[in-house]
Amino acid sequence: MTVDVRADLGALSLDNPIVTASGCFASGAEIDRFYDVATLGAVVVKSITLEPREGLPPPRMAETPSGMLNAIGLQNPGIDGWLAKDLPWLQGKGVPVIVSIAGTSVDEFAEVARRLRGRAGVVGVEVNLSCPNVDHRGLVFACHPEPSADVITAVTRAVDVPVFGKLTADVTDIVSVARAVIDAGATGLSLINTLLGMAIDVESRRPTLANVLGGLSGPAIRPVAVRNVFQVHQAMPDIPIIGMGGVRTVRDVVEFLLAGASAVAVGTANFADPFAAHDLLAGLRTWMADHGVAKLSELRGAVQMPDREA
Amino acid sequence: MTTYLRSRDPNVFGRPGDGPLKVLAEVIQRRRDGAYHTITVAAPDIAERAKPGQFVNVAVEGPGTILRRPFSIHRVSSQGPIAGTIDFVLDAHGPGTAWLAERQTHDIVDVVGPLGSAFPIPQQNVPCLLVGGGYGVAPLFFLSEVLTRAGLRVDMIVGAANAERIYNAIEAKRMTASVTFTTEDGSLGVEGLVTDAMDDVIAATGTRVIYGCGPMPMLRAVSLRAKERGIPCQIAVEEHMACGVGVCWTCVIPIRSAKTGQLRMKRACIDGPVFSGTRVGWDVSRWHVPDGDAVEDVAEPGTPIEEGADE
Repeated sequence: MTVDVRADLGALSLDNPIVTASGCFASGAEIDRFYDVATLGAVVVKSITLEPREGLPPPRMAETPSGMLNAIGLQNPGIDGWLAKDLPWLQGKGVPVIVSIAGTSVDEFAEVARRLRGRAGVVGVEVNLSCPNVDHRGLVFACHPEPSADVITAVTRAVDVPVFGKLTADVTDIVSVARAVIDAGATGLSLINTLLGMAIDVESRRPTLANVLGGLSGPAIRPVAVRNVFQVHQAMPDIPIIGMGGVRTVRDVVEFLLAGASAVAVGTANFADPFAAHDLLAGLRTWMADHGVAKLSELRGAVQMPDREA
Repeated sequence: MTTYLRSRDPNVFGRPGDGPLKVLAEVIQRRRDGAYHTITVAAPDIAERAKPGQFVNVAVEGPGTILRRPFSIHRVSSQGPIAGTIDFVLDAHGPGTAWLAERQTHDIVDVVGPLGSAFPIPQQNVPCLLVGGGYGVAPLFFLSEVLTRAGLRVDMIVGAANAERIYNAIEAKRMTASVTFTTEDGSLGVEGLVTDAMDDVIAATGTRVIYGCGPMPMLRAVSLRAKERGIPCQIAVEEHMACGVGVCWTCVIPIRSAKTGQLRMKRACIDGPVFSGTRVGWDVSRWHVPDGDAVEDVAEPGTPIEEGADE
């Protein structure tokens, strides 16, 4: 049976729901050495800031049980460098591009967004409100509804494409942050960013990462991510969600769709296998056919809740 | 699907050309070499594309592991009775490498490669000194074969903590004009570090190019010594690596641009692992030794190594 895998993200429609998680795919060219990245629903690029950043010192990575910690510190060529070098390559591929942007102030976010206005191939902007590897936690906008809303308002004014707010699960109530971001004009949400974590080398008694703390990703965080997608979808069923966090198998993709995601981003799995996103797309089509699911939309939010006695 | 099966082999995934592939490779041979394990896998397409200095990234299993493990390519065989194989050397020190060390003949391992940059080969017929530490010496065997085939003289210094941690001393002797061993406990060869043997070997052989691979403090010391002697030095670096293919940005190392002199964090996996040792910003790296001297580029006219252009 032929299956319809088109992903409906409100104002944004993608040929298929498999996209890349920001920071796990650079800007696409490295993985394109293995397969044609234009087969993906979209490439979500590594977060771009106004100025170039060299990032944090190594070691930047620690493998942890079923996950990994990273502390890259948003190393990137800056928006102008990225526009000059990476975007033309992506435009040449013809793949839809969702640009992740980061900044330390509302003005910085707005300026990066302004420079993206009207760029061919850019179909969306993902606002990284939740990078854990910044100088202090007060700069993680998504820890609070008001600053998150301020950034989203400024970015939506600056660009003419759908805007997605990327949130952290390291909060007491993600729904309140999600609601603020949507009320501020975002088209949808990206859930979730890495969780703040730490690892210690017991022999040296020193933190494994030079930055001490880092972002936890991989299968270890998947239940937390599914829970957040579910909670936000239950509260705001019409809002498009790109779900992510430890996606490695087709079952993981379907789990996120059932929880309420409209598209699913593949992150750390790209590190373990450069073909991860490619293979998940093929696998999803097969899974849908095997399960008699004709359209992707049939799966969205279709988790069957247990009956509750009054 | 757009994955290009180059050899129509259902176990080879990737694109045509000389880029990296993913191969489900059969283990052909495994052997114990002192403290290390050498594994030979059948991967003709990787063997054909591989150059000395490049590495493979191997999927492992084991409690809690999710990432591949990188290994420099020790040797390739493109002809002979068991053609199209690659060898890599491992030190079983964690759950992933322990799992790999237990693979048996005919087991299948998932190998991505060849990855990273290769050692540049001298444009002139000059004596080359290869300096290796521990099992970091592994890729220097492949390099030695390529240099020897090109008609160049190859001498080697191989160092380790003790004799058991010297990798394959017999083969190192067989394939070079001379090999000097150094051990920290004096159990084999010269007692001390590789740098303690460098001056004598350079004087005796007229070394014009130095290649290094091994632990970072050793590479730093070798680079400094090469700089003092005004000899170009190419090293293959190590840094913690999540993806090996250039997308995660975890394995960076500060590299000084030849053009601008500016330090930039470069990825060891895709911009390296081979860099000019004198371009590494050792003084700003985590391998900095207090009161150690900064290393600057020695690129000088007439250097026998063609320096790669950096952005």
